[in-house]
Amino acid sequence: MNALLAVAKCIDWLSIKVGRIVGWLILLTTLVSAYNALVRKAFDYSSNGLLEIQWYLFSAVFLLGAAYTLQQNAHVRIDVVSNRFSERTRAWIDIAGHVLFTLPLIGFVVVSGWEFASASFLVNEYSPDSGGLIRWPAKALIVVGFVLLGLQVCSEIIKKLAILKQRATT
Amino acid sequence: MTAIPVEFLPPLMFVVLLVFMISGFPVAFALAANGLLFGYVAIEQGLMSPALLQALPDRIFGIMGNDTLLAIPFFTFMGLVLERSGMAEDLLETIGQLFGKVRGGLAYAVVLVGALLAATTGVVAASVISMGLISLPIMLKYGYSQSVSTGVIAASGTLAQIIPPSLVLIVMADQLGVSVGAMYQGALIPSLMLVALFMLYVFVITRVNKNALPALPAEALHYGDSGQGVLIAKAVVFVLLPPLALVFLVLGTIFLGIATPTEGGAMGAVGALLIAACKKRLNLELLKQSLDSTTKLSCFVLFILIGSTVFGLTFRAVEGDLWVENLMGDLPGGELGFLIAVQILIFVLGFFLDFFEIAFIVIPLLVPVADKLDIDLVWFGVMIAMNMQTSFLTPPFGFSLFYLKSVTPKFVKTIEMYKGAMPFIALQLLMTVLIFAFPDLVSRDKKVQYQDNPLELQLPTEGYGENGNQGEQQPFVPSFSQ
Repeated sequence: MNALLAVAKCIDWLSIKVGRIVGWLILLTTLVSAYNALVRKAFDYSSNGLLEIQWYLFSAVFLLGAAYTLQQNAHVRIDVVSNRFSERTRAWIDIAGHVLFTLPLIGFVVVSGWEFASASFLVNEYSPDSGGLIRWPAKALIVVGFVLLGLQVCSEIIKKLAILKQRATT
Repeated sequence: MTAIPVEFLPPLMFVVLLVFMISGFPVAFALAANGLLFGYVAIEQGLMSPALLQALPDRIFGIMGNDTLLAIPFFTFMGLVLERSGMAEDLLETIGQLFGKVRGGLAYAVVLVGALLAATTGVVAASVISMGLISLPIMLKYGYSQSVSTGVIAASGTLAQIIPPSLVLIVMADQLGVSVGAMYQGALIPSLMLVALFMLYVFVITRVNKNALPALPAEALHYGDSGQGVLIAKAVVFVLLPPLALVFLVLGTIFLGIATPTEGGAMGAVGALLIAACKKRLNLELLKQSLDSTTKLSCFVLFILIGSTVFGLTFRAVEGDLWVENLMGDLPGGELGFLIAVQILIFVLGFFLDFFEIAFIVIPLLVPVADKLDIDLVWFGVMIAMNMQTSFLTPPFGFSLFYLKSVTPKFVKTIEMYKGAMPFIALQLLMTVLIFAFPDLVSRDKKVQYQDNPLELQLPTEGYGENGNQGEQQPFVPSFSQ
């Protein structure tokens, strides 16, 4: 169990690091978008590349930040009823839900996302708009984001198991 | 495996979803889990091809390229920067002092500040909590009635739901398939009328019960008498003008059609950073905290959307959309029956669900029915937004009441808060009825690109980006033309 908890700790560390870093991309997106708006008004100029980078960056934020959000327990839950459950029951619910549903779903998205991104990579796909960006990095974000999320789900399962075990021994 | 008749699947899906959500499992994952579970059933029974689920990365990619959703982090970031730079505190202090001498002055101040915060920060929890922390102690100290003070704070803080540039309206616009600008414009007059109704209510209370909301005594007014008018003027210029300027800059450019809401959000966020810098409150810690909260909010919102996409894929495969259409379309009273049923449904759901969940799960199901009945979607959306706001105030589950309770002194009884909220709930219901009775209150302007009602003359709304809530078959086309 201790070895597992050490693994969970490493995963948490990774998620937190990535989450904090992608947060800065919000600032970057904001500045890019404000710049885009200004030059469009002032000089009637717009670059598809710069317009697309806005949503590339924001996608990086929410896909790569999802693991961090889970680690911080910031994915909203409806706790009106579950507040009354014991800590053990809540741990069981999370473990069951994650093992039965979240992990298979993530596995599914990672596999099909990999095909999606590699297909784009192989044909060197570009945005259909002139001056647009190359597509595969954006598509690869889906895979990377869900791999990170999958790791974090494992970490959550380990931590919940530890709660169950701790309660069982004391 | 014995097959479950297809007509039982959609209601079953809803029941199971309810169980998943109530269990306290994160909503985004509960939605996806439900979609996956019934996806297996549907594939097993030959109702759905596995290829549909394999298109999931493509759907996620569609969400990534959605220009409207990009406004979410911008407006959130803008709001958090303003909040952390102490705007609420400054505003309450100044406006409270300005109005202090008048009977009910602090209550007017709370309504006004609530409206201003709504137009800038747009975060209900933050507005309610800061007003609860700053205004409530002063109100109670100088003999304001407990129920009226708590009611006015909860209600005014909740204005952030409906006053543009509210996140609710962005998400609703996305799900309804109308432009955010049209949604903002539509909500403007009803939300301002609501502010006016709140003020009117405070005025009536001061007339009916002279002791409920007394004027502040002289010692509570720092600026004292007329001799110090300069101080007040200074406070007004430095405290009131910056947020007002920001509101006009952001909303004005959106309404005039100069900026898209996404651009407006980005400009607003930069403006908020400038204001914080001018107040010498912009530092690394503030930036880090604001970015961190924005990251988490963006993630949970976008993942609810991803989760509801999985849910939606399966729900359509088991003909859930037809089920809802039959259920809602066959109500007695046709259009009127549908609208009333929707309002009751949203009101009840609002007790348990956040607006993000309502917007992503329920609204896509209602849109095809509303469309079929030729209901104006902007009007429909504004009414739903107004209604959701009401449920935020309704005991015992209203979110705003929870937020306020967390910062209210112990001696204020919960029942007083509930009593205080009641008149405001009535006012909001009145407003919903007014919107219903006078649809023209939801204004439309040709300058804002707007998807028109199919019965009316189709104006060439050049370059309007479709939001594609038509169905999964539609290929994603990124559009930046709004």
